[in-house]
Amino acid sequence: MVHDTTRDTAHDPATETAPDTARDTGRAPARLDRELAGLDALELGGAGRPRRLAIRLWSALWPMAAAVGIALLAWQAVVWSGWKDPWVLPGPADTLPVFWDQIRTGRFWDAIALTMWRAVVGFAVAVAIGLAVGALVSRFRVLRRAFGSLITGLQTMPSIAWFPLAILLFQLSESAILFVVVLGAAPSVANGLIAGVDYTPPILLRAGKVMGLRGVLLYRHLIMPASLPSCVAGLKQGWAFAWRSLMAGELLVIIGDTTSLGVLLAQARELNNTADMISYMIVILVIGIVIDQLFGAADGALRRRWGVDQD
Amino acid sequence: MTAVATDTRVRLTGVSKAFGSGASSLLALDRVSLDVAPGEFVCLLGASGCGKSTLLNLVADLDRPSAGTIDTGGARVALMFQEPALFPWLTVTGNLELALKMRGVPRRDRRARAAGLLDSVRLGGFAKKRPHQLSGGMRQRVALARALALTEDDTGSGQDTVLLMDEPFGALDAMTRDLLHDEIERIWRTRGLTVLFVTHNVREAVRLGDRVVLLSSRPGRVVEEFPVPMERPRRIDSAEVAALAATITDRLREEVSRHGA
Repeated sequence: MVHDTTRDTAHDPATETAPDTARDTGRAPARLDRELAGLDALELGGAGRPRRLAIRLWSALWPMAAAVGIALLAWQAVVWSGWKDPWVLPGPADTLPVFWDQIRTGRFWDAIALTMWRAVVGFAVAVAIGLAVGALVSRFRVLRRAFGSLITGLQTMPSIAWFPLAILLFQLSESAILFVVVLGAAPSVANGLIAGVDYTPPILLRAGKVMGLRGVLLYRHLIMPASLPSCVAGLKQGWAFAWRSLMAGELLVIIGDTTSLGVLLAQARELNNTADMISYMIVILVIGIVIDQLFGAADGALRRRWGVDQD
Repeated sequence: MTAVATDTRVRLTGVSKAFGSGASSLLALDRVSLDVAPGEFVCLLGASGCGKSTLLNLVADLDRPSAGTIDTGGARVALMFQEPALFPWLTVTGNLELALKMRGVPRRDRRARAAGLLDSVRLGGFAKKRPHQLSGGMRQRVALARALALTEDDTGSGQDTVLLMDEPFGALDAMTRDLLHDEIERIWRTRGLTVLFVTHNVREAVRLGDRVVLLSSRPGRVVEEFPVPMERPRRIDSAEVAALAATITDRLREEVSRHGA
């Protein structure tokens, strides 16, 4: 390979088309361009073609369908074993028609509407409080020392333990339920944010410092986006705690004349109507899974965008 | 610009830096004095613990010296690391535009300025990509463009710019590194940058530098300076580069062996 060491800028055709490279070094600039472009193309490689939607859906759905099938089979096996009388523990064949009847009644949908309303309001308040507390605690070291372990403690405390106090403070009211839902979810949200801020990669902080990011701008352009994945994980966990707290609340705090999933569940128990009860439990499970999947999708989208996992 | 004479862009005078205090304090740099001329490419070379990175942090004003003075005469200083340290939540152009925003470039000009910078590192077609979609060498070129964004004036010149590079190609394969040597040399020339380049690769230092400054370890002191007289362009595998690199390597080993005794 002959190296071009005898460049005469006055007669170099490359300099006429690209004046900014007139004082360029050694290799002809066009050649360096070609080499860089070639290496770039090689290193990026060919991107695999995206699979068809139908195939992707199928590969996501069949394991779920199989799991549901196995669960139903296990349930049926317990019923077949004769461990409990069929009126105490009915099998899927008896329960699923009841479930189907249930979800066609207006009362059922009223109950879901009320429960979801409580869940959404409670979770929204918990997110607002959790993010505010998390932001303050992660920002000020003295607050961290004071409240850091308290927040973690609150997170591990079973929310049902709050209900006696909640009922004393708010009687049997929406506020009592809301109070416990918020207390259940807010610590997780706060902890997610705090962890995200703590684990902002030091190299990015250094780069930000070189750029002159300080104060509010540092939070706006570096720390907040860097803590987003951990924050989403906190939200996801917060939702799980909110949903549990809400179900406990609706079973314990029954407000006259309202219809919620908890009320329906309690009534089914009083009437010894196991098929109804299992139907409601399936609904509670499905709602929990669906919302968890939404958070999972948000988390996945974030990870793909960041290149944290590439599959 | 007035503080430093025109023949000096960066002047370090008796710079020391100690970390910690009392008996457990560690002296990282010991009375380092160094003058860098405008447009000069200086390579700082040393074994582990020579305080190379500490020195760059001081010049970048990320840290303060324990003693001595550092004068950059108001030049704009940017620092590049071994890692690209791009923000993964921003696109390539977003990373550059944030740097331009911090420089005070008005919003309406940022997109065009970022595109110009990307063209100058030969990544014009990758503005909308995210950092993880690029190869290591490409990311490092984006990081270089970001450093240029922080320092270039409105005419795109780097006359009063100091670019500090902390082993910027240390994590790249030899092929990519070789091409990036050509690339950084080209950008240095066309923009008239002043470069302080830290490396532990002796040949790389000789390939790139106008001058190689050898530092001792624990504490970091200037041991010897080697002017590099070879004409550019140089090849890292040429006999002249190898010969000077061998001389410097011998001196470096001598310095290192003092620590084993």
